[in-house]
Amino acid sequence: MTEVTRRTLLKAGSATGAVLAMPAVLRAQPAPVRIGILQPVTGALAQDGEYGRLGAQIAFDEINAAGGLKALGGAKLEMVFGDARSTPEGGTQEVERMEAEKVAAIVGGFASPIVLAASQAASRYAIPYICDVGVADNIVTRGLTNTFRFGPGFGIVTSTALDNLVKLNEAAGKPAKTVVIVHEDGLFGSGMAKLLQAQLPGRGFEILETIAHPTPSRDMSNVALRIRALNPDLVIPSSYYAEFVLLARTMQQQRIRPKGIYAILNGAASNFRFVKEFPDAANLVMDCNHWADPRKPKTAEVRKLAEAGGRFWLYNTALNYSCVKLLADAIERAGSTDRAKVTEAIANSTFADHIMPYGPTKFVNGQNQGAAPVNTQVQNGDIKVIFPDAFADAKPIFPAT
Amino acid sequence: MLPIDIFLSALANGLMTGAVYALVALGLTLVYGVLHIINFAHGATLTAAMYAVWVAHDRFGLDPYVAVFPLTVLFFALGYALQRYVIGPASHGSDSNILLVTLGLSILIENALLAGFRSDTRSIDVPYGFSVVEIGALFLSLPKVIAFAASFVVAGLLWLLMAHTDIGKAIRAVSREKTGAALSGIHVEHVYAVTFGLGAACLAIAAALLMPTFLVNPRVGNAFVLVAFTIVVLGGMGSVAGALLGGLIIGVVESLSGLYFGESLGQIGIFLIFILVLLVRPSGLFGARA
Repeated sequence: MTEVTRRTLLKAGSATGAVLAMPAVLRAQPAPVRIGILQPVTGALAQDGEYGRLGAQIAFDEINAAGGLKALGGAKLEMVFGDARSTPEGGTQEVERMEAEKVAAIVGGFASPIVLAASQAASRYAIPYICDVGVADNIVTRGLTNTFRFGPGFGIVTSTALDNLVKLNEAAGKPAKTVVIVHEDGLFGSGMAKLLQAQLPGRGFEILETIAHPTPSRDMSNVALRIRALNPDLVIPSSYYAEFVLLARTMQQQRIRPKGIYAILNGAASNFRFVKEFPDAANLVMDCNHWADPRKPKTAEVRKLAEAGGRFWLYNTALNYSCVKLLADAIERAGSTDRAKVTEAIANSTFADHIMPYGPTKFVNGQNQGAAPVNTQVQNGDIKVIFPDAFADAKPIFPAT
Repeated sequence: MLPIDIFLSALANGLMTGAVYALVALGLTLVYGVLHIINFAHGATLTAAMYAVWVAHDRFGLDPYVAVFPLTVLFFALGYALQRYVIGPASHGSDSNILLVTLGLSILIENALLAGFRSDTRSIDVPYGFSVVEIGALFLSLPKVIAFAASFVVAGLLWLLMAHTDIGKAIRAVSREKTGAALSGIHVEHVYAVTFGLGAACLAIAAALLMPTFLVNPRVGNAFVLVAFTIVVLGGMGSVAGALLGGLIIGVVESLSGLYFGESLGQIGIFLIFILVLLVRPSGLFGARA
């Protein structure tokens, strides 16, 4: 029989102690912070949703690779992804699931109706919600304290677009007087058309007609024909990707050449896919839209990562990347995933480490005050910034004909 | 009041679009006429065919009008196999089961396409994509004119096949009296599968005619299939001539109501016609009276 000495007992004891301590070491690795990313990745808006998810993923990877959330002991971010299926109901259902999965906050939504429904559902559980792209003004004017919008709403976008349009027209000797508005008949397009109808006449433009079309549309020939009949100086389209591509192609085919196509928040005019696939139809189309700040070195870095997977560079990616970074910063400052604390941290945020052409964030009633759109124009197969002058990399070509 | 050339352009455009609708409806009406079921996988099959055209162009450099020949054969074979080895056995011959199986198939195909091709909208750029045929003040899109003519050729060939070939006679026999046809030695399962194959082949042709001017994403077929249902009812369920005429009517109605009442309301015209037909002539334009 082996004699049990004091020394062996001590050894055994300390070994046992070490083994018992192991789970404690494992426990020291903080639990991941779950963030809900809501995007439509099936249904009519799936393409936009995919590009949004891509931006969020790039931000998640970057934050996790840099050691996670420092204030929470290096906790990693974990994506709880929800497919809004391109409908408000789909978005709401996913918010319910995200609540069950205990997310700290939700980012995304893409389309205004989805954002409206999803942020409303999130407000029931006081989940902080950051809207990525949705531009309907009532997203942030309903008085929901959980809802924030990092980008501009369409009130700001429209007035900026019209200011720039007037500048553009005056610089060219006022060649454009008449306008046809083409818009998708959902919340986004209709709201935009109303604003344009109210503001264009005051700025010296005559609206010949406002044409609504559904999403999805099988054919845009009728819209093109009406434009041909009205022969306006300017066409202002606000549609999602597929419909604008159809319209631009049909206009080219019907030899409709207005003095300018001046899109506002258009799904295709600021999309490299459209520019690459239909260079002739896209050439000289202008757009006032979300756009990443080309002056920031980080923009090029994110763009490179986005394009590495054979994807095109879209504003959805830039906005979602920035929104996730904004949220991560708020959680860092809150030092907690407590929803009330995170909400408060976002509300007081002065976050500047994003890639959009805005200054540090400043939220008033949930709307980031510095958020602003830029004007782009497709020139020789590239998308150039023509306004604001501060970082324009090309002079506008107007009139186009 | 719109100028007359705009009206005529819209009319011509409606006819051309309607011809493609007719082609999509042909397959649906054929399957309904013979198997007496509504094929819910029709839209998803069209989407798959459109992707096939896209792949043929993008990966193999095949023009859609060249790709249409191998793809028609391929989709005939796929349709045949699908009915013979999947839908038939899985549904155990019961009509309600066939509905469910085709519905399940449509979800499966759509999601497989989503997984395989991602959600991006894709289109092809062919040199003649923007070519126009000028007739007076009318600029008619060349690919659409081709689609218009091709739809008539396909409908004519299908009619010839049904009227003058053994398989056509067998299809008609099975559609009238399944048991009687089986007793006289017709292999009913084979005829069902051939019919399904013909339906899928029509979709391959429609896809090739659509792609030079249209685009594809995993759900695009749905945009056509509701219209196709309406055409099938309007033309008389199971009638080839009815599908063609129904397609043209729906195309024109959609185009003109879109032009005069706005694009959003243009779709209403289709459904008004649908309701009218159900009220006034439930058997459709070419349907046998009940």
